Amino acid sequence: MTVRKSLSILTLMALLAIMAACGAGQTSAPAAQPTQAAAAKPAAATQAPAPTQAPAATQAPAAKATEAPKATEAPKATEAAKAPAGPAKLTDNKIVIAVLNDQSQIYADLSGKNSEKAVQMAIDDFTAKYGANALGGPISVISADHQNKPDLANSKAQEFYDRNQADVILDVPTSSAALAVAGVAKEKKKLYINIGAATTDLTGVQCNKYTFHYAYDTWMLANGTGTEVTKQGGKNWYIFYPNYAFGQDMDKSFSKAIEANGGKVLARDASPFPNPSGDFSSFLLKVPAAKPDILGIMHAGGDLVNVVKQFNEFKLRDQNIKPAIGLLFDTDIAALGPDAFAGVLYTTAWNWNMDKEARDWSDKFQKVTNTRPTFAHAGNYSAAMQYLEAVRRAGSDDADAVVKALEGYKFNDFMMRNASIRAEDHQVIHDAYLAQVRPKSEVKEDFDFSKILSTIPADKAFRPVSEALAAGCKM
Amino acid sequence: MNPTQLVLQLFNGLVNGSFYALLSLGLAIIFGVLGVTNFAHGAFYMLGAFGAYILFQWYGVGFWYAVVIAPVAIGLLGMLLEVTLLRRLYRLDPLYNFLLTFGVALFLQDVMRLRFGVQGQPYRNAGELTGATNLGIVFFPNYRLFVIVFSLLVCGLVWYLIERTRVGMIVRAATEKPDLTRALGVNVDRWITPVFGFGIALAALGGVLAAPMYNVAPGMAEELIIVIFAVVVIGGLGSIVGAVAAGFAVGIISAVSAVFFPPLANTLVFILMALVLLWRPAGLFGTEGA
Repeated sequence: MTVRKSLSILTLMALLAIMAACGAGQTSAPAAQPTQAAAAKPAAATQAPAPTQAPAATQAPAAKATEAPKATEAPKATEAAKAPAGPAKLTDNKIVIAVLNDQSQIYADLSGKNSEKAVQMAIDDFTAKYGANALGGPISVISADHQNKPDLANSKAQEFYDRNQADVILDVPTSSAALAVAGVAKEKKKLYINIGAATTDLTGVQCNKYTFHYAYDTWMLANGTGTEVTKQGGKNWYIFYPNYAFGQDMDKSFSKAIEANGGKVLARDASPFPNPSGDFSSFLLKVPAAKPDILGIMHAGGDLVNVVKQFNEFKLRDQNIKPAIGLLFDTDIAALGPDAFAGVLYTTAWNWNMDKEARDWSDKFQKVTNTRPTFAHAGNYSAAMQYLEAVRRAGSDDADAVVKALEGYKFNDFMMRNASIRAEDHQVIHDAYLAQVRPKSEVKEDFDFSKILSTIPADKAFRPVSEALAAGCKM
Repeated sequence: MNPTQLVLQLFNGLVNGSFYALLSLGLAIIFGVLGVTNFAHGAFYMLGAFGAYILFQWYGVGFWYAVVIAPVAIGLLGMLLEVTLLRRLYRLDPLYNFLLTFGVALFLQDVMRLRFGVQGQPYRNAGELTGATNLGIVFFPNYRLFVIVFSLLVCGLVWYLIERTRVGMIVRAATEKPDLTRALGVNVDRWITPVFGFGIALAALGGVLAAPMYNVAPGMAEELIIVIFAVVVIGGLGSIVGAVAAGFAVGIISAVSAVFFPPLANTLVFILMALVLLWRPAGLFGTEGA
């Protein structure tokens, strides 16, 4: 027994040490070591390169959505006139789009594997429109799980660019991981279009020629929610955020928006990230003493669900404290039920049921995935489509040529309205929306949790170029 | 910080401690009798929470029944696991069972993830305990008070079972001197399966209690299990009183530290473990050479 026990203790200790070492990567700065995780995980294990021609053949006839009418002869001819004659010149005879995101942890539902499927949908629609050989080679999508760890994201990105010849990386939720990938993109001179991460540093101090920021950022969220709630009379705020790049950035952006509108941040508090116990009550119990009108909750995904659940449990509403939520996805509302969030105001880049065009695409998405899309899913589709269109316009997959084709481009699609890609800081601006969660009694259809209150026009919804440059962006 | 606030945080720590105690208690019993470091313990806790959710969502069975039904059902599942898998590895190095339970944990998590997604499911049913008691400056939820009292009762009951009944005597004897107990004609093997099932049921009970408070998600215990192992090491491996005492102590200490210095809240338990191992390698309540 003695031997068995001591042996067990030893193995336990060893395992704890390993886990601690793995966990440490989540907060530490990304190290530029390409081989570590790449060697540990065989490349083939997580990726399933899907050739595009076959699925396109089955998809195209069935799909009768927004893209379908454009696939007729006439518009094709005008489009073709703008683009260089003949297929594009590809450096390696193929296009590889890599989706790097969380496929197993807290952000897996709001993006995850279904974003890879959304990108495949974009490839299918693109080839249905322009023909399978429009770019002179096969187009495929690959994906990997970065588990929200900056070091893993860093090595996966290197592996994608070097070993899988990825032309572009999409998504990458978790701000710290996204910043790591932006660094790799800059070093390798390959494209990265961020969708999942929110930090303004991507278009600020750490902006670079090869990194674009799609869909949303903390400035947009704070500008929408922070401004509106303060204007409606919520002057005294208490900000509660998770202690990593995203949360810190949310705190900064919201504080600025609140103070610019005559509000005050009475106190702020940070919880550890990740928080294994899921318990935030110690932090929530400190809130009433500061006597705020509004508790600004800046957590995301599963953490957000826990904070709101415990906010309701401690009846903070009965003490005249209203919640304001920085970043809310439909998947979060589904996890708690709409009543827990009823009446909450939030800012979003898109809603699946906001109009017919959005809904048509969402119906298509649901056929493929059995679930309704979040704006991250829509963003992955839209970004993949814009990338392919840019390659077509540029007539090449050379990163510098594609960057040139993207910069300053203006477009409209089912998700991005009045969109344009700013050349100065690579922010992709578009209309954003102020939304409100419906009470359960008004939810007529599963997942139709929110109504859009107003539209924030593209030029007002995002950080002005001057502020981005002031924040240290040098291309 | 005023004294009222501090008292509240103590209560809060007791709530967290309740979960630590229930989980580490089951873990300690299993380790004591089977010599297995059950890494699937957290996964059974998660199954308990999902059990409450499924019973309510699919069969309309409320919280009070779930408190009984889910642990019993999941305890039986645990016994099945012992009979079909664990049992085959007792003769080998303990490392094999450790790996097996680790694999079982991953398997259970992924099965739930496939069926329910990672982000979790809504569960807001806590019977009649949805109100809150006004303790002056802040409301303290009745449900949390219930969790503290209930888990203390369960821990007391388990202590009584093990220290004061004949079955408990056999279990204790089997823990300390299995060979000698066998030589005296006691059928030790007969008790292994029920004891494992009982430990698992305790974990599932913790999960049911957690469902109204925390996000019911497949990953809810993924990282919690490490904390629980640290708690068991602090209390002394295989020590029942130690597991419970260390559970509540760690709960209170991390709640209070979250107020004064939040970054420490998650790390403190490991610092504590290191210190205890330096000072008393067998844990606070463990006996040397046992």
